[in-house]
Amino acid sequence: MSGESATRITPGNALRPEDIAQQVTEGNKASEDVADYALRLGDDALILAQRLGWWISRAPELEEDVALGNIALDQIGHARSFLTYAGSAWGKSEDDLAYWRGESEFRSSYLVEQPNGDFGRTIARQLVIAAYQHELYSRLVDSQDETLAAIAAKAVKEVDYHRDHAEQWTVRLGDGTEESHRRIAAGFTSVWPYVQQLFEDDDLIDRLDGIAVRPSELRASFDAYIAAVFAEATLEVPDVQPAMTDKTRVKHSEHLGYLLAEMQVLAREHPGATW
Amino acid sequence: MATQTDAGDQKLHAVPSAEDEAGQAYFDKIIAEDSRIEPADWMPEKYRKTLTRQMSQHAHSEIIGMQPEANWITRAPSLKRKAILMAKVQDEAGHGLYLYSATETLGTPRHVLNEQLMSGKAKYSSIFNYPANNWADMGAIGWLVDGAAIANQVPLCRASYGPYGRAMVRICKEESFHQRQGFEILLELANGTPAQKQMAQDAVNRFYAPALMMFGPTDTDSPNSQQSMAWNIKRFSNDELRSRFVGMIQEQVKVLGLTLPDDEIRYNEETGMWEHGELNWDEFYEVLAGRGPCNAQRMERRREAHENGAWVREAAAAYAAKKAQKAQVA
Repeated sequence: MSGESATRITPGNALRPEDIAQQVTEGNKASEDVADYALRLGDDALILAQRLGWWISRAPELEEDVALGNIALDQIGHARSFLTYAGSAWGKSEDDLAYWRGESEFRSSYLVEQPNGDFGRTIARQLVIAAYQHELYSRLVDSQDETLAAIAAKAVKEVDYHRDHAEQWTVRLGDGTEESHRRIAAGFTSVWPYVQQLFEDDDLIDRLDGIAVRPSELRASFDAYIAAVFAEATLEVPDVQPAMTDKTRVKHSEHLGYLLAEMQVLAREHPGATW
Repeated sequence: MATQTDAGDQKLHAVPSAEDEAGQAYFDKIIAEDSRIEPADWMPEKYRKTLTRQMSQHAHSEIIGMQPEANWITRAPSLKRKAILMAKVQDEAGHGLYLYSATETLGTPRHVLNEQLMSGKAKYSSIFNYPANNWADMGAIGWLVDGAAIANQVPLCRASYGPYGRAMVRICKEESFHQRQGFEILLELANGTPAQKQMAQDAVNRFYAPALMMFGPTDTDSPNSQQSMAWNIKRFSNDELRSRFVGMIQEQVKVLGLTLPDDEIRYNEETGMWEHGELNWDEFYEVLAGRGPCNAQRMERRREAHENGAWVREAAAAYAAKKAQKAQVA
């Protein structure tokens, strides 16, 4: 490769999962702790992509088939990068991790595991996850771990668009018709118990000082952002209790098992095959 | 100017106005020069109708064609394949949008075209009424179905109607990427485990004949073809394109190490055409009439998506109206 692309804004911009796999073969291995952290980020992106992929050919408008498909595609790209890097600690590929781990080995959050529901519920989940990921990645670009920083540098620009998409729909649905207001409000009520988990610190985060982003530090800016969007959307923060989840992310919602059964079925019918 | 589309062309054309005569002369000149008709130009009503039908059918095919592939997004066997498949189905939504926009330049709005699809009045390519049963179908659809589509569509890049021809240039570029990824899926499977190879052969067996039928009925049974060729919309006959396609895939299948389910493929030195075994045209017309394995399922899914999305579209419209009103007050 020669020459700089005119559209290349940051060095991380062009980073592809294949580039990370190449770096891994050249000896760039994540430590166990960094790998565990990368799994959390990668699994959130993967499970979200799996959920969003369902919408393609089922969205309210063709433009939304394209938009939700695009967001799913970005998320699967982030997942592939994080999982490839995580796998370097254990000699595993992105597909080993995606297709051959059991439920309790996943590190996804309850929020991304939640079913799509109607478009309102999907958008509610999108606003929360995109706002969280945006706060997260815009800090992770300063991580002492260069690979995590590089993945975040690419991801943050894409997530910025995801957040904008969810925000525009939240405002339109909130301030649209009576029915849309009721549905988007119900969507936020159903996902809100799983918001708190995203912002919980644990021992792993303590051990990765300077490398991982401390989730609890993201909460204030997340809340401020949500408050501003809700004000415009004529919505209120749902008055619901946080659900008892798991800050270490070993435990999962009941939904994950079904999702994995579908996602992994074909790969597991053919052990050792390549595709 | 003649009244557009809807009703009784013949009556309307009984007494051509001076404007119509001048328009017809200009149109004939453009066609004779093999140049392009643009949306604002005068055109015969039948030309407008033929194009509206063909272009909207093409758009509907892109949209319905998303379904058999979207069916496998959640089960794609590797993350890379999942990403490629998502991108491909997303491209198809884009093609549909692009073609609806091009069709709108002929005077029929998108919501009307959509209603025609959902009421069953408008058709889409019958191939999408066959099920995608195994992963290798993602390969066979790319290689054979998109391959046949490209063979049909490359000549359409020179179609006399400007917006259609230009839309096809872009669509063909993406379709050729789709075909390559389909071929690559099959190549990987054909060189994989015995079970994978069997999966690939099974997919090719099922999609071969329906893909050949995508070129439409034989020339002797294709009543609209001649007029379309005279108007420079269509450049080659159905049988010519089909023959060319058979010649191409019978070479490519050797690279895959698979076979085509047809013992009668041969090159006819005299006609310079590739020949193939008899196709089951009764089945073609059955599927076209709505009795294929997936017709009902595909239509139900499209209607469901549209109906479930009604409240979202209403909300967007209501919000836009509120904003416009506020802007007016301010």
